[in-house]
Amino acid sequence: MAAKTPAARAVPSPLEWEYAPAPEARDVVSLEERYGLFIGGEQVAPRSRKWFATTSPSTEEHLADVALAGARDVDLAVQAARGAFEDGWSTLRPAERAKYLFRIARLIQERSRELAVAESLDGGKPIKESRDVDLPLAAAHFFYYAGWADKLEYAFPNRRPRPLGVAGQIIPWNFPLLMLAWKIAPALACGNTVVLKPAETTPLTALIFTDICCQAELPPGVVNIVTGDGSTGAHLVKHPDLDKVAFTGSTEVGKAIQRELAGTGVKLTLELGGKAANIVFDDCALDQAVEGIVNGIYFNQGHVCCAGSRLLVQESIAEQLVTKLKRRLRTIRVGDPLDKNTDLGAINSRMQLDRIHELVAAGKEEGAEMYQPPCRLPEKGYWFAPTVFTNVAQSSRIAQEEIFGPVLSVLTFRTPAEAVEKANNTPYGLSAGVWTEKGSRILWVAERLRAGVVWANTFNRFDPTSPFGGYKESGFGREGGLHGLEPYVRFDR
Amino acid sequence: MAQAKLLPRDLELPLDLRLPRIGSVDAVALEARAGELAKRSIKKGAKLAALDLAIRMIDLTTLEGADTPGKVSALCAKAMRPDPTDPGIPAVAAVCVYPNLVAVARAKLAGSTVKVASVATAFPSGQSPIDVKLADVHEAVALGADEIDMVIDRGAFLSGRYAKVVDEIVRVKEACGDAHLKVILETGELGTYDNVRRASLLAIAAGADFIKTSTGKVSPAATLPVTLCMLEVIRDVHDETGRVIGMKPAGGIRTAKQAIQYLCVLNETLGSAWLTPDLFRFGASSLLNDVLMQIRKQRSGAYQSGDYFTID
Repeated sequence: MAAKTPAARAVPSPLEWEYAPAPEARDVVSLEERYGLFIGGEQVAPRSRKWFATTSPSTEEHLADVALAGARDVDLAVQAARGAFEDGWSTLRPAERAKYLFRIARLIQERSRELAVAESLDGGKPIKESRDVDLPLAAAHFFYYAGWADKLEYAFPNRRPRPLGVAGQIIPWNFPLLMLAWKIAPALACGNTVVLKPAETTPLTALIFTDICCQAELPPGVVNIVTGDGSTGAHLVKHPDLDKVAFTGSTEVGKAIQRELAGTGVKLTLELGGKAANIVFDDCALDQAVEGIVNGIYFNQGHVCCAGSRLLVQESIAEQLVTKLKRRLRTIRVGDPLDKNTDLGAINSRMQLDRIHELVAAGKEEGAEMYQPPCRLPEKGYWFAPTVFTNVAQSSRIAQEEIFGPVLSVLTFRTPAEAVEKANNTPYGLSAGVWTEKGSRILWVAERLRAGVVWANTFNRFDPTSPFGGYKESGFGREGGLHGLEPYVRFDR
Repeated sequence: MAQAKLLPRDLELPLDLRLPRIGSVDAVALEARAGELAKRSIKKGAKLAALDLAIRMIDLTTLEGADTPGKVSALCAKAMRPDPTDPGIPAVAAVCVYPNLVAVARAKLAGSTVKVASVATAFPSGQSPIDVKLADVHEAVALGADEIDMVIDRGAFLSGRYAKVVDEIVRVKEACGDAHLKVILETGELGTYDNVRRASLLAIAAGADFIKTSTGKVSPAATLPVTLCMLEVIRDVHDETGRVIGMKPAGGIRTAKQAIQYLCVLNETLGSAWLTPDLFRFGASSLLNDVLMQIRKQRSGAYQSGDYFTID
């Protein structure tokens, strides 16, 4: 070193500064002991006489008992929806329909704290995410489609859009209320009525939503909620009086539904799995790319169909980027979903946790190198530490299959063409990300990626005005935006 | 000796390791990250620890044309003993004044742990010939300043004359002798985070002990994203060279809540090793009383009126 180099001061011994627990108050949610089905505007006991428990994945605490709808219950719900459709909802002045949707949107905003806490309790996601992402987006979705209700003629000029009828909708457990909003808002805006089945492990916010429907004085039967398990969903899909089925969930179930509905004339949209490539070029803003990668895969414990679970990084910066990424992982706070400082919450269910364990074991077996930051996981509940795999081969299971957990697979590439080729080499095609400071390269790459959404220098950004949906085994049909209206209308001409 | 590519050949760099790449900064993502960290909820013991640390990190500052020996004496008394009713409250890190008032502060602070910092180099604009700037520094050091807060030549920087910027810092560093050098980038005049990153690297390459956001005379002064941007440079420099550089956001930090947000950004960017007044300072004046008020609130459960905290 030169003579005038300032002597490098030794880094002083650290002062440990542990953030004290900062839990969000639970008492904003008052849960009932038992929740019936919401059919024809009221809570009714299931004809099946079956109930099941919904628990908190972070503590395994029993939260409430929920009705398990059988075939007869589903039938009643569809009848109620059909009745409401014919008895006024489909012919209601569109501006009046809009009023109900605006009212629901405002009520979601008003009750957002309660709904956010319920979402985190029932699903295990960090409160900061349910509070800052799920709830504002759910309300925004209702506001957005409320605006379309009386402007459908402008959405489809010269085509005379008409409502379809009754929609059967099945939603997943990763964004329970938000997926409900994605499904119900456009359906209602177009003049349809719905029977919605929330996921087995996360029914609570949908059940609180039934109360919002009552508060909004929505006509009985326009929205019906049938809770249950896979069998309930199967009854719903098979019901002969549906005009439309919308499903968000696994590719496996999606394929079964498509087989079921083939030849019936029921309109279908599927939003299924993904294995998104997040492509990082050497000229990116490095520290911000690291943030984007973290947000891409660890947001909502990686329970995101469009998660950036395959990191494709240019080999020239791979080492530096992975070093930065590992260090960033050490600052991720794993724990109580209701703590306002928690970054990574609980895995949604025992079943999902088992699946993550299985795929991670496969990754290790196939020779990939695993890194997990030191972190203490709570003893009760379902937990998985944020995980990165390096030295992952394109052929490896963890590079091919959807893990749906906080597990990132890192692969490298040498040229933009190779990056695109590897990114597209998957049965899925829901989303992708590209990180570069060069605008022309963003466009070049986006043009060639077969994915429904391509994010540039960001990831997991959603907006109700923007369509969302997949290529290939990630499904078909679009939700959100103008495109999201089309699955819920038929055209007179 | 290795040469950093962006600098002229004849310029000796005080580094034998390579500097981090200049790279670039994505403004949207940087601001999003800063915004996320600003939402950390710091409570109870963690809050008290942060408030105590914040006081020990304050460079209590007065930089007015109207500064007098009387004003500076009062400020020094406050710096040594921020809350006369509570001996448990620590002294601040330093008092920051104009060169003319260094001697007053030096005398008043004798025997205490509080350092004397002086702005120099034709503060705040830096628009004077280099000899004037160096004389400014020599004087301040001779009068007893422990730390020098210099300004970079933004005119030179913005017109691409980076060598001039670096050269000045190198010469000021020489003039400082044993005094610590904080280099003010005046980020509010640099326009982009890319420029902030570039200027941070130049300052560090030229020998800065600390990099500092602002003079406090230009708006915007310190912001959370700009501080995050500079901390990321410090992190990169430490990764690549092992050098340990300090950070000082200055201007616009008025509340305890803001101070805690800065500490969260610091903690989660550079880690707890940087949670020390040796490596992080707040350039502030009104911040101190708000921190004192919050400490008393945290301990007693009730807010006290501003009249219970001395104005200095």
